[in-house]
Amino acid sequence: MSPRPGFVLEVDRSTPPTLFWHGERFRLERLPEGSRVVYAPEPLDPLPDPRAAIRQALLNPLGDRDPLPALLHPGMKLTIAFDDVSLPLPPMERPDIRQLVIEEVLELAATAGVDDVVLLAALALHRRMTEAELRHALGDRVYDAFAPNGLLLQHDAEDPDQLLHLGTTEQGEDVEINRRAAESDLLVYVNINLVAMDGGHKSVATGLASYRSIRHHHNPTTMQHSRSFMDQTRSELHSSNWRMGRLIAASGVTVFQIETTLNTNTFPSQFAFLQRREWEWGTRDRLTYLGAAGALDRTPARLARRIFHSVRAPHRMTSVQAGEVEAVHAATTDHVLAQQSVVVDGQTDIVTMGLPYISPYNVGSILNPILVACLGLGYFFNLYRNKPLVRPGGVAIISHPTTPEFDPVHHPSYIDFFEEVLAETTDPVEMAARFEESFATDPWYVHLYRTGHAYHGVHPFYMWYWCAHALDHLGAVVIVGGDPATVRRLGFRPASTLSDALELAKDVVGPSPTLTHLHVPPILMADVQ
Amino acid sequence: MTSVDVALGGSRFFVTGATGFLGTALVERILRTIPDSEVVLLVRPGRRSSPTERIRREVLKNDCFDRLREELGHAFDDALARRVTAVAGDVGSDGLGLDDDGLAALARCDVVVHSAATVSFDAPLDAAVEVNLLGPSRVAAAMVAARTVAARDGDTGPRHLIAVSTAYVAATHQGEVAEDLVGSGRFAVDVDWRAEVVAARRQRSDAEAESRRPEQLARFAAEARRELGSAGVHLLAARAERQREEWVRHHLVEVGKARARSLGWPDAYPYTKALGERALVEQFADAVPITIVRPSIIESALAEPRPGWIRGFRMAEPIIVSYARGLLKEFPGVPEGIIDVIPVDLVVAAIIAAAARGPLRGPASDDAPVVQSPEVLHVASGVRNPLRYGRLVELVQAWFSEHPLYDGDGQPITVPEWSFPGRGRVQRQLSRAGQLMGLAERAVGALPIRGRQAAWVAALEERHLLADRALGYVELYGSYTETEARYRVDRLLALWDTLDDADKDRYCFDPAVVDWGHYVHHVHLPSVVLHARVRTTPGRSSQVPRSERAIAAILSPDRHLAAFDLENTLVASNVVASYAWLASRHLSPWHRASFVGELLLQAPSLLALDRRDRGDFLRAFYRRYEGASAAELRDDSWELFSHLLLAKSYPAAIARVRRHRSLGHRTVLITGALDLVVEPLRPLFDDVVCARLDERDGRFTGQLRDLPPIGEARAHVLAEYAQAEGLRLEESMAYADSASDLPLLEAVGFPVAVNPEAKLAAIARRRGWHVEHWAPAEGGARPIVPLGPRSTRTMAGPSQASLVGARRRNRPGAHQDGR
Repeated sequence: MSPRPGFVLEVDRSTPPTLFWHGERFRLERLPEGSRVVYAPEPLDPLPDPRAAIRQALLNPLGDRDPLPALLHPGMKLTIAFDDVSLPLPPMERPDIRQLVIEEVLELAATAGVDDVVLLAALALHRRMTEAELRHALGDRVYDAFAPNGLLLQHDAEDPDQLLHLGTTEQGEDVEINRRAAESDLLVYVNINLVAMDGGHKSVATGLASYRSIRHHHNPTTMQHSRSFMDQTRSELHSSNWRMGRLIAASGVTVFQIETTLNTNTFPSQFAFLQRREWEWGTRDRLTYLGAAGALDRTPARLARRIFHSVRAPHRMTSVQAGEVEAVHAATTDHVLAQQSVVVDGQTDIVTMGLPYISPYNVGSILNPILVACLGLGYFFNLYRNKPLVRPGGVAIISHPTTPEFDPVHHPSYIDFFEEVLAETTDPVEMAARFEESFATDPWYVHLYRTGHAYHGVHPFYMWYWCAHALDHLGAVVIVGGDPATVRRLGFRPASTLSDALELAKDVVGPSPTLTHLHVPPILMADVQ
Repeated sequence: MTSVDVALGGSRFFVTGATGFLGTALVERILRTIPDSEVVLLVRPGRRSSPTERIRREVLKNDCFDRLREELGHAFDDALARRVTAVAGDVGSDGLGLDDDGLAALARCDVVVHSAATVSFDAPLDAAVEVNLLGPSRVAAAMVAARTVAARDGDTGPRHLIAVSTAYVAATHQGEVAEDLVGSGRFAVDVDWRAEVVAARRQRSDAEAESRRPEQLARFAAEARRELGSAGVHLLAARAERQREEWVRHHLVEVGKARARSLGWPDAYPYTKALGERALVEQFADAVPITIVRPSIIESALAEPRPGWIRGFRMAEPIIVSYARGLLKEFPGVPEGIIDVIPVDLVVAAIIAAAARGPLRGPASDDAPVVQSPEVLHVASGVRNPLRYGRLVELVQAWFSEHPLYDGDGQPITVPEWSFPGRGRVQRQLSRAGQLMGLAERAVGALPIRGRQAAWVAALEERHLLADRALGYVELYGSYTETEARYRVDRLLALWDTLDDADKDRYCFDPAVVDWGHYVHHVHLPSVVLHARVRTTPGRSSQVPRSERAIAAILSPDRHLAAFDLENTLVASNVVASYAWLASRHLSPWHRASFVGELLLQAPSLLALDRRDRGDFLRAFYRRYEGASAAELRDDSWELFSHLLLAKSYPAAIARVRRHRSLGHRTVLITGALDLVVEPLRPLFDDVVCARLDERDGRFTGQLRDLPPIGEARAHVLAEYAQAEGLRLEESMAYADSASDLPLLEAVGFPVAVNPEAKLAAIARRRGWHVEHWAPAEGGARPIVPLGPRSTRTMAGPSQASLVGARRRNRPGAHQDGR
């Protein structure tokens, strides 16, 4: 039986309650009759032999690029960059795709007699990965071969010696990337394309760039003109990255892009109910749901978080393609959409979403209030093509505990952003003008980013800019079950139950509104007609 | 010209006790109403200020002089500089401690008013004896000497001594008491005042000797340690010495009280005053014309210089305010008993009238009774215009019901109903409450708690202090509300009758003029409440809360330097945790388990040593690093920083450091932690002062390179730093968490207690230091045991052996440190 495509359910009297993620908890909510629930397609069948598929892709590149072995020769300088801990979500069961790909690449390099090889984690302005995370992504064999010899590096966007300014685009955008990568004879970039935004020229132009460069597209104006940033054809974010990527290519940097896609097999078997449709839950699903939900309600949040963050996803690879960036990315995007796209007929007055415990920026950590906003209004809101799922002036209702909790190691500047910036303004344009510079250049944040495991000082701003399009588009945002003071600080409205939230929403969109629930994760892309 | 003007115009007054309540009012009245009068004021020279400076600051600047200042305008300063002379001296020393100039100044005076006294009801016996008992005689003796000096110039010298005493010299009597000398009539208490003086001085030297006995000294030292913990030798010694002095004082207070009571007086004040009168009369009745003025309880002014003027927090005020705040629920007393209160301006007027009339000698005219010399005048209301205790309580209750005080939350405080209980019952209740609170305090104080809980203990201690103080009031003043003596004012009224109408208007002292209802409600209580600085408005205080004011002061750009402690001030961690993390990083799972077990077993003894002496603790503990690879630990310390220090840091503390820096303050971290541990924190501060381990061949020796900056050394380091950088400590802040940081905190102008442990919380509360309660970030990792994540680096081998090996080797050494 082949996997079923995505599905839009219309709620009627016989529909069982719908599962909402609520941070480290779950809620079952009975949606009003006539509401719609959008479900992701079932996981596509994975490639039967990933290693063979990878080798295949390396030997048969797409676009104007020679097969990888032809690009490798003794005495050359080879850099292999790879996506950091923000991908995939949740982290996948071993072996990680990056390990599989990199092992293949290294084998070809060894065969060709290349000995100047450096592995480079493409952090952009993200936190440095820990040893355990690197081992997980690369496998112990690769780690032990490179790390002790100083050949496993993490991109440092604040080390002037490690950066190279390649020029400016025709729109005046600075292109400044990792010096080792830029000066290599070949730059291999290993992607995991979890969502349609990932990959393409963004891999190098953002992942290996400096703040000076990234600020040209990570800003409120770009984000307001990316509709959505998951749809590269209508994304200013991508246009900017593409301009930069072409400049990088024109500067003589040869990029051998490797992109991979995953199926939506997101949760291990003990959480199977999370990716089944509620009316199809069997006895086992009901029992595991009751057990899990009941146990979680009794578990301290801190412990529940640890349990969830130890979850490893059984994602499997559905495609791998290699070669020239743009050709590769076009093929990859098709594969992503094949897995994730769901056709939805028309917009809705209210969109509801339950946020899980994880986003790309809190792996192994806590989803702080700013990341709550980013996950809901940045990521989930933008999971559309054509038109947003919710109409202009509509309401987003988000379910999440939204407590004022922050990780002091990963998110130090977020704490100050919450206390100093959000207390003053929630307007992305205003905060960019008044506060961004001081956070971005703050020596303490720079120090923590470079030597600790902290996101860059400017990162909370980016998270807020990620919401810019949604903030422009929506009439109101309601958070169900959040800490009221925190929710208000974000500029949103708190509600204790979904029905209270619906009443609040009706004040904005009028009586008898239409409602659509985005049943994510597993991830889907709503193709709104 | 009234008769007083005629008699006193151009006179020069010699006044003792001008800095007191009555003295200030008297000086003001003389200068304001007697034409061309001058005053010579006897003042104890201050430690730093001259007598003239003291008078300017403590007398002339008082709001008592506002009226005169307004009347004279710009001329005030000049006029007073001309009319007021200060001479250095002390009624506690023979000859008043006057030098020749002082004596000459006294010789030029016409009238001497002696109002200096130790009015406190709980003064140590010897102090009360020196001032109250011997003071009047010393003043009289000085007068005699001054007259001799004056005679040389053909002058007469001072002609009249008015000695202020108290009506309560007769407190032990029942019924009406006439204005008789002590020792005559019903005052025949047969006490030899000379023997009392000798005994009191002897008591002082005995108490001083007793307090220096080794057992006592050990007790004071233990008490100081209990209070301050390991704050360093110097501070502990200073504190112990204060304890000793306090003990001597307390002892002498008790001795005085006991002696007074054994003779029938309620306490040492009236007892020494009574004997003082006796000594004066016995020695000088023939040599000096004397008038003894005996006021009852002096309270705020009825009209002069303005209604309600009062100086200092006097006997009735603390009781009234305690009652209005709901702290004092009962106060002993009989409702029909008379509480003898007299407004200060009436006493002043009586003194001036007595001075104007001059001393009475020999038989008077036919229509007046024969007066003996010296004369006694009661200035009291009890017979002429009695205020019953019950009525006073009613008036106070009614006023506070209408004008309640407000608590910290802006809620009105309901005043309790007064049930006029016996003194014994109230005392028993209060002392029981005090004992219970003391026990609770000690029990909780022994727990290793900090932050808000510790602040709660400090609050408990404050309640305890209040209960103790309430008990003190009851013990001290209880007898005054129960007194059944009533002071006749026949002579006072005779004096009143000698005044013409204009003087009666200007120098009113007839107790009958006081309308008690009006006085209590419209004069006295509004003034008391104003003085007590209590909240009289509902809702949130319009004033900026104290803590916000403190923050504003701390974050003023004018400040110079902010010094920070590390442990429990910036991070919720300590040297043991850092060590455990570093040492466990390279252990196998099995070794980790046994390592944790051993460390936990040692925890109590480590804690005890730390409490005893921080320096010894660090030296002993750091020996565990012996043999460890320096390079490797330095490398690991970056992970330690993220995993342990930053994870358990207080974001508010880090934000505060950054705030200070942005304000241009110099920021310094001063900690006993190791340099390799604090290295990653370096960019947060301008400078870091920390402990450093000695290294040989790339390995640590376990010895410290220099004295670790802890305890007193820390204060020295800061002082040296500030001096070298040209920064002023009084313009600086120090942030720390424990009593062992006291030297550091005391060194700066703006100390801040961060999450203080119980001892420091109590100290901070008492001294009004700003307290911060900073918590680790909620979303941070909270490992139960501070173990490093296992490093599997190939080079990990040797360090594992070295750190744990060092620990093993050191165990015998640890015993030598007293464990």
